[in-house]
This record gives sequence, C-alpha cells and structure tokens, in this order.
Amino acid sequence: MSTLTAKRLNIETKLSDDLSKGLRPVEKVKKMIYETNQLHIWYGETHAIKGIDLPVYEKEVVAIIGPSGCGKSTYLKTLNRMVELVPDVRISGKVAYNGKSIFDESYDVEELRLRVGMVFQKPNPFPKSIYENVAYGPRIHGIRNKGVLDEIVEQSLRKAYIWDEVKDRLDTSAYSLSGGQQQRLCIARCLAIEPEVILMDEPTSALDPKSTFKIEELIRELKETYSIIIVTHNMQQAARISDKTAFFLDGELIEYNETNNIFNNPSDSRTEDYILGRFG
Amino acid sequence: MEHINEEQVKRRRNLRLLTNRVAQFIFMLSTLFGVIVLGILIYRVVSQGIGWIDINFLTGKLSTEPERAGILGAILGTFWLMVVVVPITMILGVGTALFLEIYIKKGRLQSFLQTNIANLAGVPSIVYGVLGMTIFVRALDLGNIVLAGGLTMSLLILPIVIVASQEAIRSVPQHLSEASYGIGATKWQTIRHIIIPAALPGILTGAILSFSRAIGETAPLVVIGIPALLIPLPGSIFDKFTVLPMQIYYWTLDASLVEEYANLAAATIIVLLLVLFLLNLAAIIIRHKFKKIY
Repeated sequence: MSTLTAKRLNIETKLSDDLSKGLRPVEKVKKMIYETNQLHIWYGETHAIKGIDLPVYEKEVVAIIGPSGCGKSTYLKTLNRMVELVPDVRISGKVAYNGKSIFDESYDVEELRLRVGMVFQKPNPFPKSIYENVAYGPRIHGIRNKGVLDEIVEQSLRKAYIWDEVKDRLDTSAYSLSGGQQQRLCIARCLAIEPEVILMDEPTSALDPKSTFKIEELIRELKETYSIIIVTHNMQQAARISDKTAFFLDGELIEYNETNNIFNNPSDSRTEDYILGRFG
Repeated sequence: MEHINEEQVKRRRNLRLLTNRVAQFIFMLSTLFGVIVLGILIYRVVSQGIGWIDINFLTGKLSTEPERAGILGAILGTFWLMVVVVPITMILGVGTALFLEIYIKKGRLQSFLQTNIANLAGVPSIVYGVLGMTIFVRALDLGNIVLAGGLTMSLLILPIVIVASQEAIRSVPQHLSEASYGIGATKWQTIRHIIIPAALPGILTGAILSFSRAIGETAPLVVIGIPALLIPLPGSIFDKFTVLPMQIYYWTLDASLVEEYANLAAATIIVLLLVLFLLNLAAIIIRHKFKKIY
C-alpha cells in the first residue's frame, strides 16, 4: 500500500472516529467536496463565467452540459486551477475544496491537483513508455520504490480496464496505442495519484463509439470510489452516466438538478430547448 | 462559359507561359549565383591550401618560417574558447528561455525583455568586442586570456541561443505540459521531465549552430587584442590564446610580406571549414534522430 493511501486512510479513520462520537449514527450524509460561490472569470475583456454557485457532493457523477463557449470547460479547469495557465485570466468569487478556499495565497496548488485528477479532451499521454506514463504521477510525488511503483502501475491500469491489453508491452511507447486505449491510459495515469475527484473535459469527444462505450463503462465503475465531474457535449452521455446535471449557458448556470429531472422535467425553458436540440 | 472568353484565354496563354519560364529562369540564376560563388571560393581555398595540410601543420607551433608553421596553438585556443562558451551559453541561454516561456507572466515586462533580446541578436559583433574589452579585459582586469574572450563570445551568441531555445520550448505541445501540471507536478518537474526532453533536439540544434558562429567570429577577438606574436600553447582558460579565424586573419594580413602565408591562411580555412561542417552535420543528425513523435 502506498503512503498516499495510508495517509488518506488515517484521515478517514479519524473522521469516522469523530462521527462515532456524535450523538446518533446519522444516516450517511454525503460530504460536500466542492463549493462554488459567485464565481466570475474573465479572459481579458471576455466575461466567461458570470456568477456561478454550484455544490458538488462526494461519489457523485456531475455532468456539465451546454453549447460551445458556455464556460463549462472554463469552470472545470477552475476546479483544479488549471485555468490560471491561460494568460490574462481574472478570477473572483470563491471555490472551496473540502472546505478550504483554493484561491488562498497559502493554498498549495500541487496538493490540490494531487487530490483532483484531470482527464483531457484529447488523449495526451507523454512521449514515454506505457509504464512511465502511469508511474509519472507517483514519481513526481516522491515514490521511488520500484516495487511500490510496479504495484501502483498495475492497479491503475487494471482500474482503467486496460491492463489486459498492455500488460505484455508496458515498455513500449504510449503512442503505439489506439486513441481509445490512450485515453484509458490517461485515466490510469490520473488514477495512479489516487485522487478523490476526477475532472473530465469531454473525454470521449475524440473517440469512436466503441471506445466511448468503454470509457462510459469505466466511469460508471469509477464513481463507486471517486467523485467525477464531467463536461460533455453529448447529452445522451450525460443522461447515461451522471447523477446530477448542470446546464450552462453563456457563462451562467441555468439549471442544476438530478439528471432525471433535468432530462424529463426541466424547470427552465432554455434547458428544455437545449435538451430537445432546438439550439446549440 | 459565361464570363470566360475562350479566344482571349488562348491569346493570353503564350504570354502567361513565357512569363512563367522567365520567372523560373531568374530564380534559377539566383540560386546558381550562390552555388557558383561558393564553388569558386572552395576551389580557390582548396587549391591553395590543401598541399600545406599535413600532420606537421596540424600539430606544429607557430613559426615565422612557413614550412615549419603549424596551427596547434589556434586549434587548442578554439577548443579552450569553447570550454568557456558552451557551458555559459547553455546555462544562461536555456535558463533565460525557460524563464521567459514558462515562469514569467505574459505582459509588459515579458514583451520588453523579449524585444531587447531580439535586438541584442542584431548588434554587430565588433560592438560586443568593445564591450568585452571594457568589462572583461579592463574592468575585471582579466587581460586578453581565453576566459575574457570566451565571456565576450558568450555574450555575442547568447541572444541566438535564447531565441532558438524559446522556439524549441514553445514547440512542445501544451497538452503535454497541461497533463503534467494536472497531476500536480511543479513547473520545474514539468520542465525537467516533459519540456526539456521534448525540446532538447531543438535547443541543441540552435546551440550548435551558434557555437559554430562563435568558432568563426573574429572581430570581437581583434578588439580584445589577441597577440599576433608567437605565444606558448594555451593549457587552460587562463592562458593567452589565438583561434583559427584569428590565425587566418594575421596570415592574410602578412601575405604581402611572405607569399606562403597566403597558402597557410588557405590551409587554416580548410581546417576551420571542416570543423564547422562537422558541427553542422551534428546538428542535422540530432534533428533527424529525435524526430517529433507527438
């Protein structure tokens, strides 16, 4: 077991101790992992996010849908502060991860990204071997022991359902894999740092239907362990895999609800129009 | 064919074809011009100098007698000069490029620095020579030793190394560095494990080409005051020195006194050209060997 898991288990036992000290065994209350209050983002003069409030609870799949340019990717990239890589970006408002504001000066962005993994739109494996791609994260965070690394690599590849396809060629370049395999490798790379949350930015938009199916299966599997926030262009995908859906339009959050409600009984007419394909 | 008149098209056809031929001919002449000049140059140099290159010439010391003169001192001088130039320009050049591309926030300061570095690349080499003489030879009182010359040469080629490295760094796809940041890597970890390995061929190519510039430069060293006298072979970067192009310069100057000096100059040119050719070859091999895989 890695030190990362050990650390986390430690924290969790502490938490459950605290809970058991409480007066009654509460029915399982879901912990809020992300809290967003009045988030505004500007790219230069462009107001990309206009005052968004959005809570995300643990072990849920939240889908963010909306037409191109509605700010859904920007919002996702804010959650692990990747948005700061964009030149000329300005941020106001609050985003808290596990109760701590991530924009505080003292907040350690590397630590945040260790807990919050990200899978990108285009599969982006490193020009390294399959093994090195997965081992990259643990190595970055100080794990040197070859045995531990081997185990992390195998487990991560298994969790991403790609182990059987690559176990005999871990030393070959990640570029020898197909697009769908590369994306699952990227998910494995993300799982290797044992995150709490996985952010996915249209992870299947560059893939064929078969690979898309596999990734969706994988997401269903992963939500037992992780919280997943996924931006998607594909509304059927949102309906298939998510527990909650947020509809973004023009930088605003129009509606956020159980996925069932959003798709069957949207309260805002714009949501309905978008879902029925009247625009976007 | 509502707007296009077939008759007119036919009439203009010959003229169009002729213009095309003329253009092709002019462009071919332009190309040939360069090739022919180079051919003549190489022919002259080789025919004058090749007979003078032998083991004694390569391993001999300077001498006033043409038959006994050798260029070992100049070869060693060029070598020691590179011992100073290579590490200094690589560290300062790549460091500056990384700072400008990865760390600094895009804005006024960044574009100010960028413009100035671009301008520095255009400053004539003799001006760097004057600068080197003022700072390294006089103010720091190093004297005209390898270290002073090497520092001056480093200043001269730094802007080129910086710009080439910046381009190599910029050409590393952003999605790779994003992937690295996304797992919680710091900028330095991302630079070390992702950016440098991917940018290295580009950086090395640019660096090698600017090293060959430094090997061939003469003007700054003339200003620094490399002695034309017979000096002992340089054994470290703290010795007085001469380099291959300086040797060519002095022998050409004195060719009116001793006719054979012209042949010695030609022979030295051949050696210098060979060195530069090998460096260029190395750059090409590096570029091809590490073809981009992403």
